[in-house]
Amino acid sequence: MITVVEPGQLTSYQDAGRSGYAHLGVPHAGAADRLSLWHANLLVGNDATSPALELTLRGPTLHFETNAVVAFAGGRVEPTLDDMPLPMYQSVAIHAGQTLACGTLLTGTRCYLAIAGGFSPPATLASSSSDTFSGLGPPILRAGDRIDCETRELYQGWYLRFPPEFTHETTLRVIPGPHEDWFTPAAVAAFFGGTFKVHADSDRTGLRLSGERILRKYQDELSSQGMVTGAVQIPGDGHPIALLSNHGTIGGYPVIAVVIQADLPRMGQLRSGDKLRFQAVSRDQALEVLRTMDATLHAAVVSADPGLLTARSLLVLAKAHPGLRQARLRLGRWRVHVRR
Amino acid sequence: MNTRFVGDSALLMDTQDAWAAQQLCLAIHKQSLRGVRELVPAYNSLLLEFDPLDFDVTNFFRLLPKFMQAKKTPVTAREYDIAVTYDGEDLREVARITGLDIDEVIHRHESAIYTVAFLGFAPGFPYLTGLDPKLQVPRMKSPRTKVPAGAVAIADEFSGIYPQATPGGWRILGHTDTVLFDPARASPALLAPGDNVHFRPVA
Repeated sequence: MITVVEPGQLTSYQDAGRSGYAHLGVPHAGAADRLSLWHANLLVGNDATSPALELTLRGPTLHFETNAVVAFAGGRVEPTLDDMPLPMYQSVAIHAGQTLACGTLLTGTRCYLAIAGGFSPPATLASSSSDTFSGLGPPILRAGDRIDCETRELYQGWYLRFPPEFTHETTLRVIPGPHEDWFTPAAVAAFFGGTFKVHADSDRTGLRLSGERILRKYQDELSSQGMVTGAVQIPGDGHPIALLSNHGTIGGYPVIAVVIQADLPRMGQLRSGDKLRFQAVSRDQALEVLRTMDATLHAAVVSADPGLLTARSLLVLAKAHPGLRQARLRLGRWRVHVRR
Repeated sequence: MNTRFVGDSALLMDTQDAWAAQQLCLAIHKQSLRGVRELVPAYNSLLLEFDPLDFDVTNFFRLLPKFMQAKKTPVTAREYDIAVTYDGEDLREVARITGLDIDEVIHRHESAIYTVAFLGFAPGFPYLTGLDPKLQVPRMKSPRTKVPAGAVAIADEFSGIYPQATPGGWRILGHTDTVLFDPARASPALLAPGDNVHFRPVA
């Protein structure tokens, strides 16, 4: 059992989202950064799409009453376990009685916390994702919540070889259209030549962007039609909205371009104030990038014994506290006492 | 028919109308093609979302004419009476825009017979056609952050019902206690495209 001491800013359960119900108006929901969800799960030996906690900007503080194995992936956090700094991107053992403080995100907007054996919130329409737009799925975390989980010990673990870095300036690759004909060539040039800033109004339904206004040829609205995650809509005021995982299934603004699948995870990490550019690519190029991402996913997750994982934890400790003279560490069955 | 890619993993097909979009959706659905993730029929289009590493686009384009000419699936329209309390906060504003008095707005809204064109926006939200042309009003310039569940509203050529409390920009005429979406039911959405809806005013 885990008790939520402090829930964080917006901590929700997310998995791969709801598939096959869009014709009923059910938003897809699911992790805004799918790749980091996969990483977090694979680092504790789960299926890549098991439900995990999606932390937003400020993570929760959790008190563990059972032994557990967890991993963090996504936007950079500096979590502590009973005040001892923990590494991201590897399996970490937690002992009954310890308190995990996830802390504030230093980069990105979302970080995923997976637990070996998986969280098991109730599923609605075959998914445990919290849909904060329509209210489907489990509610977001609140102080005092108690989370049921299995006890796990760390006998073998994993780390990620090349963790992604999230920066405050990024370029997202897009495929132009399908409503390019709604814009003048000058507006299309402004879209691909411009730098946009992520507005504070952004959430899991979409990123609101400010920058050069993209003017349309026609002011009337599109007839209501199906929308995809990554669609960059241009409302009448000319300020783009890029749709994220909680977007409504139907929309009425013309779409100037759509972010490629492989770049959606990075788009889900943008935070207010970040700068963003769009680069046009072909469908073939988009698929090539996606294939590479797919093929390297499992290869990047390396299995390691508790000794190696402990050594990695010590490196994190040493980095975080340059003045540190000695430390005691307990990871799985390992107890380490270091002096320098 | 105009068919376009939407990003790297969806196709948007224009159709004559909502009914044609439903028919095309059913014809494709029956084939259980590999890699299809979503089929979203709307007002005059069908969106097909697919797994780009699993879906055979070339094969789909080859089959598309067959789907278009497929024998139409008969749709048995069910009739629904939905009880509405006409106490919506936008009645006055709709009366002002249309130049009708409030009673006339209510009368024109409840005397029409509506057809579900498609579902979308939020779970179980019906886009209903058949609205009296006199009642066509634009949606609000700035949407409300929370519209209560059960709100019966209008915008442009549609009437609709908000199944959940969500943000929304349609003009609210009244509310209903009818549950439009229940994920625990075998078919979670109460209404389906093609169904007819009558609004019955209650005090």
